[in-house]
Amino acid sequence: MLTILFDGIAYGMLLFVLAVGLAVTLGLMNFINLAHGAFAMAGGYLTVFAMQKLGLPFLACLPLAFIAAALAGALLERTLYRPMYGKPHLDQVLFSIGLAFMAVAAVDYFVGSSQQNVQLPEWLRGRTEIGDGALLLGMGHYRLFIIAVCAVLTVVLQLILSKTRFGSRLRAAVDDPRVAAGLGINVNVVFLLTFAVGSGLAGLGGALGAEILGLDPTFPLKYMIYFLIVVSVGGTSSITGPLAAALLLGIADVAGKYFIPKMGAFTVYLLMILILMWRPQGLFTRKGGR
Amino acid sequence: MSTSAHETALLRQARWRPLEFVVWAAAFVLPFLVPSHSLLVNEIVIVALFAMSLDLILGYTGIVSLGHAAFFGFGAYAAALFAKLVMPDPLVGLLFATVLSAALGLVASVTILRGSDLTRLMVTLGTALLLLELANKLDWLTGGADGLQGVVMGPLLGRFEFDLYGRTAAWYSLSVMLLLFLGMRRLVHSPFGATLKAIRDNRLRAMAIGIPVVSRLAVVYTVAAGIAGAAGALLAQTTGFASLDVLAFDRSADVLLMLVIGGVGWLYGGVAGAIVFKLLQTWLSNVTPQYWMFWIGLILVLLVLVGRDRLLKPWALLGAGRAKKGGAR
Repeated sequence: MLTILFDGIAYGMLLFVLAVGLAVTLGLMNFINLAHGAFAMAGGYLTVFAMQKLGLPFLACLPLAFIAAALAGALLERTLYRPMYGKPHLDQVLFSIGLAFMAVAAVDYFVGSSQQNVQLPEWLRGRTEIGDGALLLGMGHYRLFIIAVCAVLTVVLQLILSKTRFGSRLRAAVDDPRVAAGLGINVNVVFLLTFAVGSGLAGLGGALGAEILGLDPTFPLKYMIYFLIVVSVGGTSSITGPLAAALLLGIADVAGKYFIPKMGAFTVYLLMILILMWRPQGLFTRKGGR
Repeated sequence: MSTSAHETALLRQARWRPLEFVVWAAAFVLPFLVPSHSLLVNEIVIVALFAMSLDLILGYTGIVSLGHAAFFGFGAYAAALFAKLVMPDPLVGLLFATVLSAALGLVASVTILRGSDLTRLMVTLGTALLLLELANKLDWLTGGADGLQGVVMGPLLGRFEFDLYGRTAAWYSLSVMLLLFLGMRRLVHSPFGATLKAIRDNRLRAMAIGIPVVSRLAVVYTVAAGIAGAAGALLAQTTGFASLDVLAFDRSADVLLMLVIGGVGWLYGGVAGAIVFKLLQTWLSNVTPQYWMFWIGLILVLLVLVGRDRLLKPWALLGAGRAKKGGAR
């Protein structure tokens, strides 16, 4: 029982790191970026190859995945994404899904369609068990590691968004770009940095998640729906909404697959539709703003 | 007086142009001229009908859907199961599948009434995925991942057998498309259609001038679902097969792309898009069978970067330039 809860939380935390960048671009900047998973895939593949080809340790690969995905995000934001901000949602959907398709096919072309594995270091492979019977709590060390990393990230992000000068600039730029620009905030730079950090987090999530979620070229499309669920269900209040949604989704998915395996992902989709019909703007909405 | 002026304006838009007769006649002659490509014609007609049904909700009503394949696939399975379990007559099966898909559309329309574009994207996508999971898990009924095989259709109207070359199939699909097209054309050029466009352009304003937005959305979603179901039924009937792929996300994405290539808010846009898309797909998958997805992605990105309208009407590019320079036009 507790093991399922634990696995669900780890899965949810992982989804949160993967989706939080999207939560910022989509939730705050109101840009529907279906290519978000491509950045995560980039981070995952980078980790795999850095470990296999260059022999780097796993821990060193994580920041590398973050930086590389962030750079790619910054480059794309500057060249392709920025003209899209003002376009209708349909255009954004088409544009970003086109990018995702290209990423899928390109990865397939360069590295092949087979699944890639991450070789975890020895100290992350074990498993600790506490209690017994129905209260047995089995904690995989890697999952514990994920929960710890994600918890730290969550706190840091929340602090950046709510307490720093950059956070308030971002919130101002999001609420009304024109007025923010008039106040001397360089909206373009703020958006560029935000998008880069969001992509970087996706890359980090991809690197962390390659072991659990599996990594093959269809990754961006396979998990697109999960990222979108996290953001749409979580709402756009702050990052606590997506966090709650990711945890809910992770636990529901793991529990659903454990207790009623015949239902598969059915539970998750049904849950999402019901929540969105009940609260179309997501569970947590922000008052004011738009 | 102004009412009648509006009515004449609507009627004038609804009038058939000579070129349209030519196009339709040419379409019906095609299976005679190139009998070996009848199957391709049949396929194009089916996806064109599917794209048209999406246009009703996307182009005319402004509802972005990433899960229109839900109704297409539902219609396909309904028709296939009807032929297998009840009776093999194609027309009765088509009617059955259409009505059933429309009913599903009516139920699902509850999900698109509230929220933003993102919410609608998610619930439409979610609906399609739910059905996909359902079709996958109910394998005693649908055949699961193997698909539903052994659908044998009876002869059309009791006389015309479906042959191997797909000529009967092509004519059958063309006739169904023509009938449904006439219906849709009537619908979008009616006052009802005008209210849909009002909802698309500004929902709040539409509500303020007294348009019953909720019921209009429910009706148009139901109609679009029924037509998508009919397209799915045609596919299942003419190929004698229904598999999970009819409900897959790719279907929804492809049809969206077709419609966008052809132009939204224009019933022929779906047809044009379907033709271009299918020919492109046939050609590209011959050249690069595996990486067709890359090119489709590139086309999408370019399409949006260039601007959907400008690609469709290149002369608008000139017009925009002139308008910028000279001001009034």
